[in-house]
Amino acid sequence: MLETIWFALWGILWAAYFALDGFDFGIGTLMPFIAKDEADRRAVYKSMGPYWNGNEVWLITAGGVTFAAFPKTYAVMFSSLYSALLLILFALIVRGVAMEFRSNFASSGWKRFWDYCLWIGNFAPGLLFGVAFANLFRGILIDGQGVYHGSLLSLLNFYGLMGGVLFVLMFLVHGSLWLTIKSEGDLRKRSGLVAARVWTALAAMAVIFLAATWFSTRLYDNYLKMPVLAVIPLAAVAALFTIRVFIAKSEWLKAWFSSAVFIIMVTLFGVTGLYPNMLLSSINPAFSLTAFNSASSPLTLKIMLGVALTFVPVVIAYQVWVYRFFARELVSAPEIPAAGLGVVGTKAQNESVTKIG
Amino acid sequence: MDTLMLSRLQFASATFFHFLFVPLTLGLSILIAIMETIYVRTGDEDYKNMAKFWGKIFLINFAIGVVTGITLEFQFGTNWSRYSEYVGDIFGSLLAIEATVSFFLESTFIAVWAFGWNRLSPKAHAISIWLVALASSVSAVWILIANSWMQHPVGFTIRNGRAELTDFLAVIFQPFAWYAIAHTLSAAYIVGSFFVMGVSAWHLLRKQNVTFFTKSFRVAVTFGLVFAIVLIVQGHMNGAIVAKYQPTKLAAMESFWNTQTNAPQFLFVVPDPQNERNLVEFGEIPGGLSTLAFHDAKAEVKGLKSFPPSERPPVMIPFIGFRIMVGLGFFFLFLTSFAWASRKYIAEKPLLLKVLVYSIPLPYLACEMGWMLTEVGRQPWVVYGTMKTQQAVSPIAASQVGISLAAFIVVYSFLGLVAFYLISRHARRGPELGGAAAAEVEYA
Ligand code: HDD
Ligand code: HEM
Ligand code: HEM
Repeated sequence: MLETIWFALWGILWAAYFALDGFDFGIGTLMPFIAKDEADRRAVYKSMGPYWNGNEVWLITAGGVTFAAFPKTYAVMFSSLYSALLLILFALIVRGVAMEFRSNFASSGWKRFWDYCLWIGNFAPGLLFGVAFANLFRGILIDGQGVYHGSLLSLLNFYGLMGGVLFVLMFLVHGSLWLTIKSEGDLRKRSGLVAARVWTALAAMAVIFLAATWFSTRLYDNYLKMPVLAVIPLAAVAALFTIRVFIAKSEWLKAWFSSAVFIIMVTLFGVTGLYPNMLLSSINPAFSLTAFNSASSPLTLKIMLGVALTFVPVVIAYQVWVYRFFARELVSAPEIPAAGLGVVGTKAQNESVTKIG
Repeated sequence: MDTLMLSRLQFASATFFHFLFVPLTLGLSILIAIMETIYVRTGDEDYKNMAKFWGKIFLINFAIGVVTGITLEFQFGTNWSRYSEYVGDIFGSLLAIEATVSFFLESTFIAVWAFGWNRLSPKAHAISIWLVALASSVSAVWILIANSWMQHPVGFTIRNGRAELTDFLAVIFQPFAWYAIAHTLSAAYIVGSFFVMGVSAWHLLRKQNVTFFTKSFRVAVTFGLVFAIVLIVQGHMNGAIVAKYQPTKLAAMESFWNTQTNAPQFLFVVPDPQNERNLVEFGEIPGGLSTLAFHDAKAEVKGLKSFPPSERPPVMIPFIGFRIMVGLGFFFLFLTSFAWASRKYIAEKPLLLKVLVYSIPLPYLACEMGWMLTEVGRQPWVVYGTMKTQQAVSPIAASQVGISLAAFIVVYSFLGLVAFYLISRHARRGPELGGAAAAEVEYA
């Protein structure tokens, strides 16, 4: 029972991480295509500025919880996915410093350099998380000793790549919706348009992915066994459609929430289908790591449950407060006062901001 | 090189690099919180400008601390998977608690602080930096409890082929951890204080913003002096607890070969590990080591030769690391006492100011030496007396680790250069006084 609770929490943490950092991934990926001038780019950075670090901590927590509750899964998963994970981590490093340091460099060459960093730092993790999760759904080449017999390339199979594309599209919709909420004027118009267009691609990809899942994985087994679980994929489909409905009505915040629900439900769909497995072996199902054979001792699980139930609600409370605290301002409004980091904008820059506003 | 050596090198580079930024985060956050509190209490705008000026440097440093921390969190899984399986029950939960209890708080309120200058009341704004400072120190507490468990494992039993938790409170409240916490936090506060003193001294030497930097200096010097005293007293207790629980580490850091009672302390020693002896021993204090380690001149101190070679750590690294750290510890006490005594007319002491500028890197050096002693002295164990480092490593190809190590070196060198450039540029540029300009700071 404890193991099942922790399995659920584990899935929820990853889902929360994707729903939050997902908009950063999307905006960062979109930036070269949507930001036309320096003022746009500044608005793009600002739309993520106060949030990205807090969002990233959900990843650290998801990792930490995997370590604490399912140490064997943590060990085998991250050593097997060594290269993919390190690529993600390096990308996140590059993204973090681009977010924080760009404003400190006055020359346009440096600014462009950090813009590339921001792009790769958001695009690569989005894609790689998709590839990695699709491979987890499908199973990877681990033996009974937890030794991985594949390579980075063996993760790039057809199904894995589709997972990557699905994630990128999902995050693009999520990010462009966020940017629409946060920006004004022309930028807002353009990003709203992007959201609507990418949505179509996302819907198509979702259908293809669901079909491929039928052939490449055994995720549906649990749903056939317990049909009530079908509410999860149904909720995902419903959320996907409400995104479009709210986009049509220009109700951006609601569309963004629908998109968050969609991301959460997609993640939970996979995780639920996986249960009780956490790391499927494609060599022999008997080698798979499950919530039961990889869990920590009941004492640790109990203590950690106490910690999680006490602190996670507190975290959610103050994160919600922060989101609302910063929600009042739009990023390209000229009267935005001081942010902590950075140099005083040049006069020209400030004027161009004013024009948009 | 094999996977083990490469993984050790990689882990060592990643932690050493992380710990170049950690202590300044820990120390400076408290100093800034103190400055802002003075501003709230007195309304003296100088203190507000101080919080802003040091705050910018803090944010740059913090960013690198964050991005380098995240790779550490996952390296236990990537490179030390056998270790993770074996100890996840205990060690993993401590890391998870650290993330839930402190990292969220830290990274959320740093944003509130950085972006909240004109949106929060001065009081609420000061509270947000106090929360950041608190969260950083609490994160240090949890990570050090985890690290100390590797140094002195308690509260567990070996079951199902791994270490399973039996007594959580024993893990949290074991003295080894709290000594390490007190020691590391004091060390970090010294880093922060030397940083502020050094940068202030640089400006005072050039007679720039004299009031501003004299005030900064005075906040830092008092803080530094207090912790320089705490550190020496407390460091000695650290040594005593190492003697109690990690005899091989004590013997290595003292280069002490033959078990004996009434063990002497030598003022000057040149170790000769090849021949299991010391080449030079000079300045004997009879019973000195026994007294320092066990508070009893007659106590028996175990020499390295009493342990099989397969259980001995390397000698030179802990030995040298210990001496540099302790030497610097006394130097810090000396320098801060001197600076504190002259704090009122510090601007007129060019020589002292110069020494302070050049002393900025020294506490960093002492910290890294301390970690070198702690971690290398623990070898060949990854969990002291329980699991060897060579059993801990992941079953992965050396080539993979070789590539990632090279990537770490490239990326971290670049990060280091950028951080150094940005921090020194902001530090040199000095504060932007005059409210209007300072209020116009922009994010991107
Ligand atoms: C004595 C203190 C100390 C020590 C020994 C370590 N750290 Fe650290 N760490 C901190 C003190 C700290 C900090 C002061 O709390 C940091 C530095 C900058 C920051 O943002 O928080 C931090 C940041 C930080 C972050 C990013 C947090 C965020 O995004 O806000 C992670 C994931 C880690 N650390 C993980 C580790 C791991 C796995 C370590 C062990 C090998 C480690 N740290 C050693
Ligand atoms: C930030 C300060 C730290 C520094 C500078 C540091 C330094 C080192 C060094 C130099 C090594 C390599 C030792 C060798 O191979 O000879 C090492 C290994 C290791 N340390 Fe630390 N360490 C730090 C903090 C920590 C903390 C807080 C933890 C645990 C939470 C930790 C866990 C480990 C592990 C798992 C290894 C790998 C196994 C080993 O080589 O012993 N370290 N560290
Ligand atoms: C002057 C007297 C000092 C003494 C007697 C002393 C003693 C010690 C000892 C015995 C250890 C090893 C503890 C272990 O292995 O667990 C240690 C570690 C350490 N020292 Fe010192 N130290 C002194 C000064 C300093 C100074 C000045 C700094 C930095 C400013 C410093 C920073 C550290 C750090 C970061 C560690 C590693 C963390 C830890 O294990 O607590 N020490 N010290």
